[in-house]
Order: sequence, then C-alpha cells, then structure tokens
Amino acid sequence: MTAAVELMGITKRFGDVVAVDAIDLAIEDGEFFAMLGPSGCGKTTTLRMIAGLDFPTEGSLKIFGDEVGTLPPNKRPVNTVFQSYALFPHMNVLDNVAFGLRMQGLSKSAARASSVEAIELVQLAGMEARMPSQMSGGQQQRVALARALVNKPKVLLLDEPLGALDLKLRQEMQGELKRLQQELGVSFVFVTHDQEEALTMSDRIAVMNQGELLQVGTPEDIYEHPANRFVADFIGQTNLLEGTVEDSSTVCLANGARVQARSDKAVGTSVAVSLRPERAHIAAQGSVDERPAVDGVVDHMTYLGNARVYRVRLDWMEVEVREENRPGAELHEPGTPVSVWWDPGAVWVVGDE
Amino acid sequence: MTDSVRTQTSQRVLGLHAVFVYVFFYAPILILVVFSFSGDRLVGRWGGFTFDWYGEFLDNEQLTAFHDGAIWTSLKVAAVSTVIAVVLGTLAALSLERFRFRGQRVFDALLYLPIIIPDVTMGIMMLIFFSEAITFADTYLGFEFAKGLKTVVISHIAFNISFVSVVVRARLAGMDSRLEEAAMDLYATRWQTFAHVTFPQILPGVLGGALLALTLSLDDVVVTQFAAGPGATTLPVFVFSLIRRGVTPMINAVSVVMLVASLLLIALMLLADGLRSVADKSS
Repeated sequence: MTAAVELMGITKRFGDVVAVDAIDLAIEDGEFFAMLGPSGCGKTTTLRMIAGLDFPTEGSLKIFGDEVGTLPPNKRPVNTVFQSYALFPHMNVLDNVAFGLRMQGLSKSAARASSVEAIELVQLAGMEARMPSQMSGGQQQRVALARALVNKPKVLLLDEPLGALDLKLRQEMQGELKRLQQELGVSFVFVTHDQEEALTMSDRIAVMNQGELLQVGTPEDIYEHPANRFVADFIGQTNLLEGTVEDSSTVCLANGARVQARSDKAVGTSVAVSLRPERAHIAAQGSVDERPAVDGVVDHMTYLGNARVYRVRLDWMEVEVREENRPGAELHEPGTPVSVWWDPGAVWVVGDE
Repeated sequence: MTDSVRTQTSQRVLGLHAVFVYVFFYAPILILVVFSFSGDRLVGRWGGFTFDWYGEFLDNEQLTAFHDGAIWTSLKVAAVSTVIAVVLGTLAALSLERFRFRGQRVFDALLYLPIIIPDVTMGIMMLIFFSEAITFADTYLGFEFAKGLKTVVISHIAFNISFVSVVVRARLAGMDSRLEEAAMDLYATRWQTFAHVTFPQILPGVLGGALLALTLSLDDVVVTQFAAGPGATTLPVFVFSLIRRGVTPMINAVSVVMLVASLLLIALMLLADGLRSVADKSS
C-alpha cells in the first residue's frame, strides 16, 4: 500500500538555519498522525512543505506516490486548517466554505450544495450567512474545518488548530476532530506542541526537536518506551536518574547505588533511568526489601485532590512521586526520611540519542 | 478635596486648549466663507451681502470654460494622474511587501524620495527633465512634443506614486499573509488569490491612496507651475496668478467652491463606507 504522505531525506534550510534536517517519514492512509515537539522544532515547517507553502531544500516528498516536492499548493490534493483559521474576513461562512470548490471550477449552485453539507457536517447549519467576525473562536474553527473538508482532500493538514481555544472547548473539539476523521477515513496530519493532545487523539505520533525526527510510534510506544532522554522528558512527566550501564540488566546510579534496569546500551554508556512519578512509590525508610529503591527526605507535598505529589530530596537530585488518593493511603510529612521504590519493570533506560 | 480641585482646574485648562485649537483651525475657513459674500472689492472689509463674486466666478471663461477652463484642466489632470498613480503605486507596494528581489532596498528608498524632496526642487527637476527630454526626442527620436497638459500629468504621477504606495503598503503590512496562503491552499492561482482575497483586503488602502492622490493633484501649485506649458493652467495655478494681479473676493468664492467640493468628496467616501458596513451586517 502506498503511503498517504512519504518524506525521504526532507531538509529545509532558511539561510544558514536548518529548520528540518533530513527527515524520513511515512504517513499511512486513514491515519490520525500527530507531529509533536516544542516550538521551533520544525514541525510546522514540515507541515507547510506537505501543503506546498514552503518547498524543501533537499529530499523527496510524495503524496500517494506522486512526487510533489515543488508543486504549488493549488496543485496538491491536500488542504490545511491554519492556526489562526485564516478565514476570509470579507466573505460570509458559505462563501468561505465554497471558495475551494469555486476555484476548482464548480458552478455556483453545485459549490453551494456541497458547502451547505459541509457546514452541516461541522454542526453550523443555519449560520451560512454569518461573517467570520460575528462568530466565536470555536465556530470559526469549525468553519475552517468545513472549508478544508468540503474539497475532499486526500490528506487534511492541521496546524495547531486548537491552540487558540479555551480548555473546555479544546476538549470538545478534540473529540469532534477524532469523530470527523473516523467518519471520513482520510489521514489527518496534526501539528501540536501539547503532548496530552497528541497522546489522546493520535494513532501515531512523530516527536521532533531542533529539526530532527526523534521517534515515531503509537502513543503507548512513545510513552512506555521513549527513544531517548528528550522524548522521555517531553512526553508526560518523568524523573531521570542519571547513571551508567553496568551490564544488560543493571544501571549504576550517580550515588553508586545499583538498580535493576534492562537496556541494550553498551557497558559504560552514561544513561538515565526514567521513572514516571505515577510508577514510583513512597514508604518509610527501611521498610522496602527486595525491590529497587533510593533513600531521601520528603521536601514538600502538593495535594491535587485525586492524588498527592511528593517531592523527595535525594543526595544528588530531587524526584517526584505521585500517590493516588486512595482511602487509607499513608501520609508522609515534609522532613520525614523515606524510600522511593518501584517495580523492576516500571523503569525505562534512555540515552542521549 | 485638593485632588478634585486639581482635576477641575486641569479639565478647564484642557477645555480652553481645545477651544483655541478649534479657533485656530476653523476661524480662517469661516472668515474665508463670510467674505466670499462681502460686497466690498477689498478682501477683509465687509460691504454688505452679495452673490456677485460667485457670479463673476461662473462668468469667468478662463476658469469655467468647458475643456480648457482651469477647473476642467484641474479635474482632467487629477483624474488621469490618480488612476495611473494608483495602479503603479499599488503594484510597487505589492512588489515590496510580497516579493524578494535584487535591488529591493534601493528601490524602496528611491520610491520615497518624492515625499522627502521639497516641491521647489521637484519642480525644477521636472523643468530640466522635460526640456532635456524635448530636445532629445526632437534630435534623436524624430518626434516633437511640447510642455502642456501631458507633462503636468506625468509630473503629478511621479509624486503621487510614492504617496499611494505608502498608504497601500501600510494596509498590506497589516493584512494577514496567511489569508493568501489559505487561498492558494484552496486551489486559487496567484492571480485568483489577488483578485478574490488580496485586492478586497487592501481596497480601503487603495481608495485612501486614491483620495490622497486626487487631493494632492488638485492642490499642487509649485510642481505644476514648472511642468506646465501653455494651455495647461490648473485651478490652483490660476488662483495664484490672480493674486499677483490684485486680490478680489472672487478668490474667496473660488476657494469656497473648492472647499465644498472636497467636503462633498469626503462625505461621499464616508457614505459609501457606511453603506458597505451596513450591507456587511445585513447580509
């Protein structure tokens, strides 16, 4: 099966700055694909190259097997939902949505019929005559979606589409986007800096940083088995316990303690043991037997309602431990000496690369 | 207590200041209008109410004759130079805002020169340029042309391009360039993008630039005097020459007519703008 979008050695330079550095990536047909990374990581530039708004400096870019590297945006079977929506302020909703069809040469009445349908699809029926300035951010967002989807793109590109919405609306739109994607069955390529959004919505995620593609995988893959230190730290929260590999199942931590942790890194490599706060536990010192543990002192505790987050000071760093708020959960006052322990399978070893 | 006294005092001072400003602005206009109805031959001495000066103005062949009267000359020059300057100025603004090309910064700097150069300098430049051009055309290209209406129009286009492009550029800079990207993403060609998205967005700037160009062209005395040949006397140049022959309240009458014409133009603009926003809301 041909990939919906295929990038091979795609590089983009702006003068001396390398925005995207030799990326290889294949996005399957019908997939909800997220590109995730901090701002300036090259994810938006990558999306713009797929859209044709920027051209790659090097490499090959194919959409359903056709090379499109330097084709202008109007010659590509993709459509974009822009970050700021970019609705045409001098046109009403209907004209905005019908724009793409009219430009493709459809008659006014045919374009109108399809547009009304698309407006219904995004649940804005009856608002055809409104101007964009008379609509809320969420409604504008839906218009932008309808305007792109009405053209039946083979791939829909979304550039931080939910960034400008407030939390509640954002969650609502997340569900809505997912529903639309499943209903239409086309690939959505979604750019975001919000890891939670990427995790909840996507079939697969590509994590980028400084122009490089660090890891591509399912949300579970990326959370459970991050490829390196950056991914482990960027996706969710984690404690990175520094150390060196001693053998394939032991890491020697910075304080000299040996803990059980599997890795395929060479002996002597400096690595970090990634310990997620919700997988660490806290207990009175001395009460932990067989399991891997480190000793420290409770620095402070934050009450979250459904959980308590303890910051525990070790000799050489601080770690966070999240204890679910279950009845009978033991309380540890600041200043108490405690042990932070975990199950041997709960940690994951990450290197720099 | 002292605070409220202080606010009161400062408000009074500010109010007085405003009154002064308005007097300074509008008293001369008021005086002009009042004395255009004065029966005395001397400007500034009230001689009873009369419409005589307006009559004399209408009867003045040099002013009102169809085709070659000063008023018609002015209108023709203003209309032609505005249309051409708006097209060229808008294109210049687009090229500077939306494209990158070799020599762009030089072009950018040179484009604003006519705004900075004093009118007199510009006028003398035009004078020398046209006399050289006439000689050149005569000796090398083998066709003759003389200074006249055409040279006035050309000189007005020359300074109006700068003003139009400044106004249009400001509007372009304020426009979200993503709108153009969105249009191209939605299958519009470059030309369709300009026609359906860019142009409607910069239209207020283009109209503003056109109004400015029209006003500047109707106003100009200095450059026109240097560039004009026989048979190309515009209204301001004619008024100026009247003053040399001794001022009569007819000049007041002419000025009042010009004033009313500009006010009408502005009122029309506002009305069109108001109608458009009403249409926007109701549609």
